[in-house]
Amino acid sequence: MSVELEEKAAKAGSAGQLRPEPRTEPLIFERSGEGKVGYSLPPLDVPEGAGIPGGLVRWEIEGETEVSEVEIARHFTRLSKLNFSIDQALYPLGSCTMKHNPRTNEEAARLPGFAASHPFAPEEVSQGTLELAWRLERFLIELTGLSRVTLQPSAGAQGELAGILMVRAALAKEGNPRKIVLIPDSAHGTNPASAHFAGYKVRELKSNARGTLDLHVLEEAMTEDVAALMLTVPNTLGIFESQILEIARVVHARGGYLYCDGANFNSFVGMAKPGLMGIDVMHMNLHKTFSTPHGGGGPGSGPVAVAEKLAPFLPRPTVERRADGTYTLDYDRPESIGRLRTFLGNYGMFVRALSYISAYGNRIGEVARGAVLNANYIRAGLTGVYHLKYDAPSMHEVVFSDKKQAEHGIQAMDMAKRLMDYGFHPPTISFPLIVHGALMIEPTETEGKPGLDAFVAAMRAIAREAQESPEVIRNAPHTTPVRRVDEVAAARNLVLRWRPGPRT
Amino acid sequence: MKFLPVSEADRAEMLRTIGAPSVEALFSSIPKEVRQAPDLPAPLSEIEIRRLMGGLSSRNATARDSAFFLGAGLYNHYVSAIADQMLLRAEWLTSYTPYQPEVSQGTLQSIFEFQTHICLLTSLDVANASLYEGASALVEALLMAERAVRGRRRAVLSHGIHPEYRETVRTYFANLGFEVVEVPVHAETGRTDAAALESAVDEATFAVAVQSPNFYGVIEDWKAGSAAARARGALSVAVIAEAASLALLSPPGEGGADIACGEGQSLGVPMNNGGPLVGFLSCRAEHQRQLPGRLVGQTHDGEGRRAFCLTLSTREQHIRREKATSNICTNQGLMALAANIHMSLLGKKGLREVAAQSHAKSEYLKAGISKVSGYRIPYSGPTFNEFTVEGPGPAGPLLAALAQRRILAGVPLSRFGGESDPRRFLVAATEMNTRDEMDRLIAALREPR
Repeated sequence: MSVELEEKAAKAGSAGQLRPEPRTEPLIFERSGEGKVGYSLPPLDVPEGAGIPGGLVRWEIEGETEVSEVEIARHFTRLSKLNFSIDQALYPLGSCTMKHNPRTNEEAARLPGFAASHPFAPEEVSQGTLELAWRLERFLIELTGLSRVTLQPSAGAQGELAGILMVRAALAKEGNPRKIVLIPDSAHGTNPASAHFAGYKVRELKSNARGTLDLHVLEEAMTEDVAALMLTVPNTLGIFESQILEIARVVHARGGYLYCDGANFNSFVGMAKPGLMGIDVMHMNLHKTFSTPHGGGGPGSGPVAVAEKLAPFLPRPTVERRADGTYTLDYDRPESIGRLRTFLGNYGMFVRALSYISAYGNRIGEVARGAVLNANYIRAGLTGVYHLKYDAPSMHEVVFSDKKQAEHGIQAMDMAKRLMDYGFHPPTISFPLIVHGALMIEPTETEGKPGLDAFVAAMRAIAREAQESPEVIRNAPHTTPVRRVDEVAAARNLVLRWRPGPRT
Repeated sequence: MKFLPVSEADRAEMLRTIGAPSVEALFSSIPKEVRQAPDLPAPLSEIEIRRLMGGLSSRNATARDSAFFLGAGLYNHYVSAIADQMLLRAEWLTSYTPYQPEVSQGTLQSIFEFQTHICLLTSLDVANASLYEGASALVEALLMAERAVRGRRRAVLSHGIHPEYRETVRTYFANLGFEVVEVPVHAETGRTDAAALESAVDEATFAVAVQSPNFYGVIEDWKAGSAAARARGALSVAVIAEAASLALLSPPGEGGADIACGEGQSLGVPMNNGGPLVGFLSCRAEHQRQLPGRLVGQTHDGEGRRAFCLTLSTREQHIRREKATSNICTNQGLMALAANIHMSLLGKKGLREVAAQSHAKSEYLKAGISKVSGYRIPYSGPTFNEFTVEGPGPAGPLLAALAQRRILAGVPLSRFGGESDPRRFLVAATEMNTRDEMDRLIAALREPR
């Protein structure tokens, strides 16, 4: 890497890679040494247990670690420093909504009444946990304009499955569960996968030149065999389906249900209500719109809101408030689709989401306003520099492509890697599938103007480099803990675990 | 508002750059008819939020303020302070799925270590990066078995599998054209009825699933399930709802299981009122390409350094869409990290000591309760750290009364529907319980009612 480049990367706010920093860290198993301990337990105050027959006992967990607490602290601190995070800089991973995670929410989730409670404790001593879930449901009902909410699904994909299973149960009750679910070609991959696991065939609908759903295409596809249309609102291009009311009318006229993938609810929360749009069922991602931390890939939480006609089919149990103001779980729901998982769901995420919504209260529309303003500001800064396949108005995210840079042999992936040298996490690339070489940028409302300006400057600099010194991009990243990782080799020669070596 | 860093002046300048008269104008593509402001309370300050949350928290009995013996798939185990402190580091908490390996080596390596721990504990060859929790992990294990032996349509489940796991399987399988057959547990031993199991497995069976320790607390022999499966060419699925047991009991891989799945909460994740938890799934190497969800593999970077990345993503929904092995996307990353830290810290000796202490305390408590007049242990089979008790009357009111005295004594079986005896309840003990707490429970049961 040239001196000039190094200066440039540093000026753009390099990803905190202060040298010399270790670039790799041994596996914890490689730090292990016989006789070391990292824990302490009280002495056993009862006789040793001897209830397990010899044939069912295991002797040793071969290969497990022996390390001290100090080594654990160092290992996981060093590993953490190899990660990029929101708290460091803009993390514009489109569709994932990487916004600031308020720490009040973390504190709340760790209160003993939540973190050390058990869902099978008697209801009389669980009124606080039940009330919290009930309150969160009320908030989500108000924000969606729908009738009831289940908090049970573990993440968005499980919410999708729950929603489509409820549609299926409702249709089956009417006499015919139908066969097909319609899904636009711009949808998240979870949509067709979830519809498949609910027993439906998927029919893909081609987006029109605006990037939205064409009413004629829908009318032609919307037969009496169709159970539901799964629509992402706004769609994965960040474009609002302006004809949403007409779409709902077409779906309903043929007896189908309108499912909304609410992954992008953050772009209109507090501004408009899905219930008023004719949406019958919608999942939300608490880790997106309501800012529960993404944690390196979860936990998520995927509540589903439904219209009155789908309420009988909600997963069980539901949380109910009795006339005397006490709370209870209702398992006696004979038409319920059943359950999607154990217990009540990712309860710790409910605590964080209630805390988050409470902080905004009736001003929660500011979330959407900020997200849409920021995305449009980035769009304005990069239009003309990057190709914009669909130029309909953007909501919370904007999808450019690598078309202009591809002329110089530079792909979206290369630019994503180069962006790391400028101190930013890359946008989502290669999605949505209908934009070849997509760069899907979602800044969220928690980014200030200086951060947005720095990002736009970096993206513009990369566009210049694509013309003037494309090899710098092709060989990127230069400043990250490891250089470009060989993903093809990983799949070809599968190594999915460490193995204990021969004893010496 | 405090989470919004754009000032008034910045906003005006940004709107000028965009060429829009107002922020409102950016919402013009949303039809007016669907616009509506929410009727929510005024925003709360941090102090008010603390007050609200503190109030709700204080109205629950917990493992910190009660003698605590609840289990049924969710256990109160030791978690070192360092595990949770580490989770609060922003680099772990505020990152996402490691799609870009060059800036995600921390998360990727931690998942690789998690996968290794799960393999070591279950004695199987490969594991995935985590699933939501135990019940959906069982669903994924069964679907995976079906893919591995294509063309079969029956899954045989022991009735000793957690009832919420079985209900989850029924929900997921309702429309997939598979048949789910349940095999009862023996009325005396509490173990899955071996004869019934053998006759339930036929040539159309793709999986035989048994849980150990089972829902009633009784330890099963993995070999029984795997022999029944192997005899008909099906895969055997070992289900674990209390992962602490893996350190003391003969592991699934040694018992001939093809797939192990279950709930890893006991390995460093707080109870969290039932979630977030951490599901796990491991299997023999020949089935590794059928694993659902994220997988981290070892590879190298352009300069030959060891590096890690997500791999075999062509099995996943974002590539394969309706043909994917699962619809799972976001899983339980942070909880898998918590489990990795915990397993690494306790390691070879600590995991075993936790399991041994849990077992010893449970044996002490079981012996004590069995001597109380009117109470008996209905199953003769050996148990690990949880056991079924049959009392003199309905368990629900008894347990509610004890809870008022800050003794969370157990989980009534009537909670799970079915035709279970209303007098029966589950009692669990772990290394967290003291002899004094257990003596208090035994004394409380002795009191006339």
